[in-house]
Amino acid sequence: MIIRRVVSQRIYGGVAAAALLFSACPLSSGAAEGTVKVGVLHSLTGTMAISEVTVKNATLLAIDQINASGGVLGKKIEPVVEDGASDPSMFAQKAQKLIQQDGVVTVFGGWTSASRKAMLPVFERFKGLLWYPVQFEGNECSPDIMYSGAQPNQQILPALQWAEQKGYKSIFLLGSDYVFPRTANLILKKHIENDKLTVAGEEYVPLGGTDFSAVINKIKVAKPSIIFSTLNGDSNVSFFKQMAAAQLPSSKLPVMSFSIAEQEAKSIGPSLLEGSYAAWNYFQSIDTPQNKKFVAAYQAKYPGSPVDDPMAHGYVDVYAWAAAVKKAGTFDIEKVRKAASTLGYTNVGMGETKFAPNQSLIQTAYVGELLPSGQFKILWTSKGPVVPVPYDPLSFPGKTCVL
Amino acid sequence: MSEGTLVAGQLFNGISVASILLLAALGLALSFGLMRVINMAHGEMLMAGGYLAYVATQIFGKGAAGFFIGLVIAFIGTAAFGALLEVTLIRRLYGRPLDTLLATWGVSLILQQAARSIFGPVGVEVTAPAWLSGSLSLGGTALTGISVPAVRIFIIVLAALVLGGMALLFARTRLGLLVRAVHQNRAIAEALGANTRMVDLAVFSLGTGIAGLAGAALALIAPVTPTVGTSYIVYAFLVVIVGGLGSLTGTLFAALLVGIFSAVAQIFTSVSVADVLLLLSVIVFLQFRPRGIVFQRSRALEET
Repeated sequence: MIIRRVVSQRIYGGVAAAALLFSACPLSSGAAEGTVKVGVLHSLTGTMAISEVTVKNATLLAIDQINASGGVLGKKIEPVVEDGASDPSMFAQKAQKLIQQDGVVTVFGGWTSASRKAMLPVFERFKGLLWYPVQFEGNECSPDIMYSGAQPNQQILPALQWAEQKGYKSIFLLGSDYVFPRTANLILKKHIENDKLTVAGEEYVPLGGTDFSAVINKIKVAKPSIIFSTLNGDSNVSFFKQMAAAQLPSSKLPVMSFSIAEQEAKSIGPSLLEGSYAAWNYFQSIDTPQNKKFVAAYQAKYPGSPVDDPMAHGYVDVYAWAAAVKKAGTFDIEKVRKAASTLGYTNVGMGETKFAPNQSLIQTAYVGELLPSGQFKILWTSKGPVVPVPYDPLSFPGKTCVL
Repeated sequence: MSEGTLVAGQLFNGISVASILLLAALGLALSFGLMRVINMAHGEMLMAGGYLAYVATQIFGKGAAGFFIGLVIAFIGTAAFGALLEVTLIRRLYGRPLDTLLATWGVSLILQQAARSIFGPVGVEVTAPAWLSGSLSLGGTALTGISVPAVRIFIIVLAALVLGGMALLFARTRLGLLVRAVHQNRAIAEALGANTRMVDLAVFSLGTGIAGLAGAALALIAPVTPTVGTSYIVYAFLVVIVGGLGSLTGTLFAALLVGIFSAVAQIFTSVSVADVLLLLSVIVFLQFRPRGIVFQRSRALEET
């Protein structure tokens, strides 16, 4: 009995506290006096945290800078940061919380395709707008997402184009076993065939797999002139280590990676990866005044931290959203979304970019070679910004993105 | 490299994978066979061994000395941790296999998160000494074109040494005699004056120490991550079950069987499909030999 009374007192106490809370903060939407709320949703814990925290930092940097120069439509931007915890269902839950409870006007976030796919129905049902900063496998087109990360034709196909120009004729496709490498290689195979080159082999290793002995044996038999790798995370360490042990360093058999940027190079150790290639839409080494300003601003806040492609996209997204709001003259999601794809080219670091009518980013593609310093030397640049194509016409004929 | 040498190369890889599996499974086979303890934290002993070797090479340098000190520290450190685990937790759960399973799973989660907090989610690596980082090519023979990484040969030798050492220990020493006695009949051994608690402690600690050694060896070819244990624990259990509980010979043959099977299967198919084939054939195998390759008569196993 005594126990029950204590419990019921606690419950009453809790209800009273909750009531107090509700009365303390009026249930207005994001447009409280002088500020406007936006959501920032990334994994701050779990396996993805190492990558996503840096994108969150770059996003917050852009918000700070815009606030310092007067905010948007006379209002200061107030970021509500949530943790997706490397768990897609948590991303969906937190997205709903941001839209319904916090009343944010837009959300910046997501990394893995699984997290994006989990959030998509939430944004569709509750009418939100997500700005997604990471390269992905395409094959998706939603009016509720602004895709700033590269579509396959902005990262993977430019890399193939570069390899062709360099005279590599036989390509070995290696990836971790999940949706991005499978789709990327499906598209690559169609284009390799179409360009009269040969696929020397295609292998997948389970995510986090560490034994590459069989794969390396198969590579030795296939004798490719270059390897296109969509391996993810720690598998890269094992792969490059075992390639070196098998007397196949990058200098002898070049490797083009689609998941290794400056952050990964730093954590894996550049010495292991030296001489390997990467294709991205941004490298920290891009030599423009705009980029130098971006890198300097980031490193002033986070000294010694490298800047990479997804971070640049996270940064660009905030600026594009702010510009769209200014153009629309309102925070209304539908109007901001429409305004976003009618903006002109801007350059806040990663080169001239703007959103296409299909809500993906028009951006330049680069190929770089990893130097011992952990930076990339840019070897190749696409002829101007590349228009994004969500559905590759060779691989998915007849599918188009109409919004 | 031709198709023929691919097969030969894969056979070697199979033996190399088998030697890692053997090191990982020996400790499990011992504690499962002798004490009926399902140690879900065994994989984390592997991980701990890898991190200990990493710390050792950071302190003592990356040369041969640092690496061998790392191996020794990995063995002693994980053996000590195993002893601690036995005294504080496992000893209290004897005769309750399901409870040990849950409790050690909890330990496994705690250790994984601890590693993530201390070393971060990104793997650390242990660099092999220079003389281990090359590879041997077998030129001038029928096997021309095969080059065998020296690290993998080192791991095979290490596994053979550990196996030989264990066999000697069980056949020739007093501790070995006690272990065999307890394995055959715990109650009678106890009645005749064997200190079964000490035997259990020694065997469990030895088993975790060998897992730590496996982790240190594994660190030479793959990064040490907080979850490295989980990717080996399943195969280690597979080896223990296929081999027959509590048998060294059985564990050896099962490790070779599993290692070579998946390596050869990978010639014809992908890594993922090879895994599926492996699991399917283990299921079929257990239909015909439910007690594994080598079945030892033991009261300890029959009672439960």
